[in-house]
Amino acid sequence: MIKRLAWRVATLESARQETPTAKTLVLDVPGWPGHLPGQHVDVRLTAPDGYSTQRSYSIANASAGDRLELTVQTVDDGEVSPYLTDVLEPGDQIELRGPVGGWFVWRPHSSPPVLLIGGGSGIVPLMAMVRSRGKADTPFRLLYSLRDPGQLFYADELEKVKAGVEVAYLYTRIAPPDAGRAAGRLQTADLIAYGWPPETGPDVFVCGPTGFVESAADLLTALGHDPAKIRTERFGPTGG
Amino acid sequence: MDYQDGNALAGPLSEIFSLDVTVAQGKCAACGLRGPLAQLHVYGPDPGLVARCPSCEEVVLTLVRGPNDAWLDLRGSVSLRIPIAE
Repeated sequence: MIKRLAWRVATLESARQETPTAKTLVLDVPGWPGHLPGQHVDVRLTAPDGYSTQRSYSIANASAGDRLELTVQTVDDGEVSPYLTDVLEPGDQIELRGPVGGWFVWRPHSSPPVLLIGGGSGIVPLMAMVRSRGKADTPFRLLYSLRDPGQLFYADELEKVKAGVEVAYLYTRIAPPDAGRAAGRLQTADLIAYGWPPETGPDVFVCGPTGFVESAADLLTALGHDPAKIRTERFGPTGG
Repeated sequence: MDYQDGNALAGPLSEIFSLDVTVAQGKCAACGLRGPLAQLHVYGPDPGLVARCPSCEEVVLTLVRGPNDAWLDLRGSVSLRIPIAE
């Protein structure tokens, strides 16, 4: 028999409410091998009758010992997320496998400028990249598309990001009065105003719902960005 | 129909391969497109994961996980070029 990548036991240390429907879980995972920003874990829940189900969640924090942070958006009729956000309490344990995924990953020693484009909770793995940037001198630009100000994750931290990380908020339904941009979906004009010109050869990471990712990737390619430098991660139908 | 992408294959395939094969460059048997498995379009998870070519939408691989085995069908993939660090 071949030994499989082990499921690890993670213990919830604390949780932070990001929005009324999203929570960051701070987990302690003994023996965690560390991770790269952009990687994810598979979380498995098993019922007393043996029924088991699993979902993938992006890692939100920069690698830090045995500590792992996942930001989970509650999907109302989901099987896993309501348990993680509404039922799980400090001291409770869950099983997870990872870190997995080597494609949608930013390697802190790479030098081209970085363009991050997130839709909704697609911000999570991009935030791990921002947090992992540390003192690197790679310039970052983040375009964060969200429905309205109430959906903003990591508000305080994004407000205080250091020099070298520029953040543009693209509200799609309701924009605050000082937004400087009418509410609406991501457009070419946003990529020109807030992104990097294609000639600068940025590494591009796009994460969000499938339709958002398709649209953003098409706009980027039409602007002249090299498709080989655009890495995407889509949420599927089983986000719950 | 909505789909995920091949990044979601990383966990399930880690049960089978010792290296992360989502970064491997595959070649679609139907249209010849080359690209990483991470960028395939993945449908599922039940009854199994079905990964399709992002260009021609032909099936590149399927993975069905039973209680005692994993059944990996690579019918739509000509080859996999897997980066291996020294």
